[in-house]
Amino acid sequence: MQPFSFSRVHNNREAINAITKENDAKFIGGGTNLVDLIKLGIENPKHIIDINALSLKQIENLPNGGVRIGALVRNSDLAYDETIRQRYPVLSQALLSGASPQLRNMATVGGNLLQRTRCPYFYDAVFPCNKRQPGSGCSAINGYNRSNAILGTSDHCIATHPSDMCVALTALDAIIHVQGVNGERAINITDFHLLPGQTPHIENILEKGDLITAVELPAMPFAQRSFYLKIRDRSSYEFALSSVAVALDVNGGTIGQARIALGGVGTKPWRNKEAEQALTGAAANRATYLSAADIAVKNARGYKYNNFKIELAKRTLVRALETTGGM
Amino acid sequence: MGKEKKYTPAEKIKYFPRRGTTRREFILTMTTAGTAFALAPKIGYAARQRGIPVFENVKLHLNINGAARNISIDPRVTLLDLLRENFSMHGTKKGCDHGQCGACTVLVNDRRVNACLILAATCENAEVTSIEGLAQGDKLHPMQEAFIKHDAFQCGYCTPGQICSAVGLVKEGHAKTDADIQELMSGNICRCGAYRNILAAVKEVQQNA
Ligand SMILES: Cc1cc2nc3c(=O)[nH]c(=O)nc-3n(C[C@H](O)[C@H](O)[C@H](O)COP(=O)(O)OP(=O)(O)OC[C@H]3O[C@@H](n4cnc5c(N)ncnc54)[C@H](O)[C@@H]3O)c2cc1C
Ligand code: SF4
Ligand code: FES
Ligand code: FES
Repeated sequence: MQPFSFSRVHNNREAINAITKENDAKFIGGGTNLVDLIKLGIENPKHIIDINALSLKQIENLPNGGVRIGALVRNSDLAYDETIRQRYPVLSQALLSGASPQLRNMATVGGNLLQRTRCPYFYDAVFPCNKRQPGSGCSAINGYNRSNAILGTSDHCIATHPSDMCVALTALDAIIHVQGVNGERAINITDFHLLPGQTPHIENILEKGDLITAVELPAMPFAQRSFYLKIRDRSSYEFALSSVAVALDVNGGTIGQARIALGGVGTKPWRNKEAEQALTGAAANRATYLSAADIAVKNARGYKYNNFKIELAKRTLVRALETTGGM
Repeated sequence: MGKEKKYTPAEKIKYFPRRGTTRREFILTMTTAGTAFALAPKIGYAARQRGIPVFENVKLHLNINGAARNISIDPRVTLLDLLRENFSMHGTKKGCDHGQCGACTVLVNDRRVNACLILAATCENAEVTSIEGLAQGDKLHPMQEAFIKHDAFQCGYCTPGQICSAVGLVKEGHAKTDADIQELMSGNICRCGAYRNILAAVKEVQQNA
């Protein structure tokens, strides 16, 4: 590990001042991604700011029917929260499908939003990687790219976004609350992560000094009927090859509203509104689900070893819809 | 706390780096260990003059297995290395060092966590329980008894992590079925494949809890 200095902060203002003042500074939440990457020399912060003492640990019901989740709420506490289990089961299921109980006890909501890709070449400093070292090239495009993305890719990077939680948050239309040098802002999760384009090292719209303070789930009564399906190489403690978060509003065999997000296949958590529209007003049956699945992967592109993900993503979506909405 | 250990100058630098000059910075600057102590403050000064950042130790107060500990550490030290290297508690094992195996599982404030991915400096005022802290004197923790009774290990390398993880699982209280226990123990890999017996041990303790 490269040397770094360390400080503890006790309120949001202090945290923002500290990270603005230092060059190459990073906040640390659970540390489950940051410490891993520092050990490998992939992240080399000069200063680490411990934010664990901030008061961002509440899960609150909002008067508008939504829920506000503090950025330091641990993944396990969020997953087992009664409100979340009843009103947003897809989020609880997504969290519990990720990592291990120990890691979930450590990982924070803020850190999960910012976790970095698991592209094997990103992790191995011997290989060129535009995300790790801008301009060096992408080893995955013509390499062993079985785990990489089929949606939202560019000629510069085809890495998947690895988070399960973010896929559920995307289906739930979550809002990210951020406090920065110029005050507070609220960002829809679909605008939060960026496509790789020509700058895969820039992964989100946060600016220097920004602290994630909370994630807000809007009121969505039909999300009581929601579900997370994760397909992977082993049945636990493994990242997704393909995953789906769905929330469906079904009445008398007809779909009212639908929310769909795909994981494990996109360079960011992947929402497809066109596929949602194809479901809206349609009969809740396999034919409907199949046509929505075709739309969801319409623009997908395979890269030799991950061609199989196009069919896998469709099947994952159809199965998730069947489970949630009936056949 | 037993007998005071005598440290050689090299060990002192390793375990008790001085404020203002870290071991790494010192090693980068110097080649002969013997002169370290006399020159250390000057090196810190020289480094500052040349614009090289000087990384200071962090003061840490925590409780490990019931004993209060105050220490000044390099901020890079993980909780796993703190236990093993600074306090010579070698029960907690280093497997992968990257959160992928569970060998380093300990309880922090009663929650099971991977000590290899925790910077010790973030454990200010924490209560840490490692495998050494589970028994009450000569009386083993029920989970330790159950692991022995059910032969829940072969080489034993994963065992301290398995036991701490299992203690955490029972406290959390979310496992209702065998499949739940297996899923909620999946953060602990056993290379010897003692999984069936681990399941039996955890189940027994859970039923008696
Ligand atoms: C072996 C292993 C398996 C895993 N499997 C899965 C899996 O299957 N599915 C899955 O989704 N995830 C998985 N993960 C990833 C895990 O979910 C993330 O590491 C975790 O969510 C990160 O949260 P953290 O609090 O530990 O983040 P940290 O490591 O503390 O921080 C990550 C980043 O976020 C920044 N940050 C943290 N909090 C804030 C804040 N409030 N404001 C601004 N910036 C902030 C930090 O500066 C850092 O850059 C796995 C991890 C490991 C090690
Ligand atoms: S896909 Fe992205 S992360 Fe992977 S090697 Fe290419 S540039 Fe790096
Ligand atoms: S040593 Fe910590 S999880 Fe493997
Ligand atoms: S007993 Fe040998 S690794 Fe588990």
